[in-house]
Amino acid sequence: MKQSIFQIAENVALTDSVMRMRLLGDTSDITRPGQFINIKLDGLYLRRPISVYDRDDESVTIIYKVVGKGTEQMRSMSVGESLDVLTGLGNGYDVSVSGDRPLLIGGGVGVPPLYMLAKQLIREGKQVSVILGFNTKSEVFGEEEFRGLGAEVRVTTVDGSYGTRGFVTNAMDSLDYTYFYTCGPEPMLRAVYNATATSGQFSFEERMGCGFGACMGCSCKTLYGNKRICKDGPVLTKEEIIWEAK
Amino acid sequence: MGSEMKVNLCGIELDNPVIPASGTFGYGYEFAELYDINLLGTFSFKGTTKDPRFGNPTPRIAECYAGMINAVGLQNPGVERVIAEELPKMRKCFHKKVMANVSGFSVEDYAYTCQRLDGCEEIGWFEVNVSCPNVHGGGMSFGTSPEAAAQVVSTVKKVTKKPVIVKLSPNVTDIVSIAKACEAAGADGISLINTMLGMRIDLRTRKPVIANKMGGFSGPAIFPVAVRMVYQVANAVKIPVVGMGGVSSAEDVIEMMLAGATAVEVGAANLVDPFVCKSIIGDLPRVMEQYKINSLSEIIGGCK
Repeated sequence: MKQSIFQIAENVALTDSVMRMRLLGDTSDITRPGQFINIKLDGLYLRRPISVYDRDDESVTIIYKVVGKGTEQMRSMSVGESLDVLTGLGNGYDVSVSGDRPLLIGGGVGVPPLYMLAKQLIREGKQVSVILGFNTKSEVFGEEEFRGLGAEVRVTTVDGSYGTRGFVTNAMDSLDYTYFYTCGPEPMLRAVYNATATSGQFSFEERMGCGFGACMGCSCKTLYGNKRICKDGPVLTKEEIIWEAK
Repeated sequence: MGSEMKVNLCGIELDNPVIPASGTFGYGYEFAELYDINLLGTFSFKGTTKDPRFGNPTPRIAECYAGMINAVGLQNPGVERVIAEELPKMRKCFHKKVMANVSGFSVEDYAYTCQRLDGCEEIGWFEVNVSCPNVHGGGMSFGTSPEAAAQVVSTVKKVTKKPVIVKLSPNVTDIVSIAKACEAAGADGISLINTMLGMRIDLRTRKPVIANKMGGFSGPAIFPVAVRMVYQVANAVKIPVVGMGGVSSAEDVIEMMLAGATAVEVGAANLVDPFVCKSIIGDLPRVMEQYKINSLSEIIGGCK
């Protein structure tokens, strides 16, 4: 983990409520896809954890949904402004177990962390399929970017206004995959858990205090003992997940 | 002008008065990856109970103006695993006496856990938490009555020779009477304040943000309340007082000490800035010089 100052190089809208922000700074601690960064904002006490969409040696890109005060403040920020950021947080996805034909399944703002993952898997010569799920056409983002990497991309919308009608699990039928990686809202993760035939990795979301393992604010029970979503996660394997009764 | 930061807490000298508070610093070793934690005065390790605890359901955290609410609920691996696994890991990176924060659900629990930890040489002090707002039928219920708090103290004092500091809750009518009862029962020190009971409601769902509904409010917002209570307690007891509650800067440390604190714990600030204790210790000499303070121990209770 590193604490450093980043400068905003880009902050653009992808949809009505989803923004892409590129930040210039020290990215040396961001080593695996599926990790997140934790952003300090003026006037707000706790940092805002946001998953990493992509990184290079001088910048990190995040895609965030405007859902409250913190993300609203981020949307209003301009190129050139600075942010205090903790980087290198979370375990991230393990790409070494993907097999030749990994399937990536993202829902809504669960899509972004899969981009850097797809990029890495494709660079390693894997044949990557991606299913991106949204509620409706106006919320769709990322399709061209994943296709640009060389992935086979399917999009679903709940209302059928774009791509396959229904949920991400409705687009899985004919796919032949060796392993899967997923990130999205919990109901989607549960559906993916039940609909998948292979092993896989799930990235979870939880309200965090610190984001680096100190406060035990985001603990969950797993078959391998208690884990902190921020430090031991956010990625858990299919074999260890315990779904709490809702 | 020198800047002497040493203070003496219940017979043990601290290089400086800065102590990361329990529940914000784990058992230390994860922060040791960030900086040399031996520069701290000491730290108070994660609240430990007789049996392992997962704690409360999530969400356990809520944002507030100048602070946060937590309802972790004393998650910890239980005293046996703390002794077998956590303390050996801590020993590798921390070479000073540590403060053992202990909680319980009965007087016997407190005594059992302290007795098990008493043999651990690295423990310098016990910080007996009678003020956790996040567990039912225990924790804070011992800290809201002078009699119950005194009973915990006298029972724990029978199982250890190490100094026993009692951590008090601000969620009471008269904190001074509880502090005095603890002193009379043999407490070697008082630490305060634990978090204030708070609550947030999500406007969209019309439900509490936190699954446990209420939780402990901490952060800079509670600092003035903490200073007031430290001042009241320090003026009422003869034993040392450890001040905490929203401390986030070297100036806050000095203000707490002027209120009567011998040492100062830093809690929520660690969660926002993991390097904050290192920064505070680094800033202290400059701030001491600014306010013409030669020695921190001389300013304890300096506000009359």
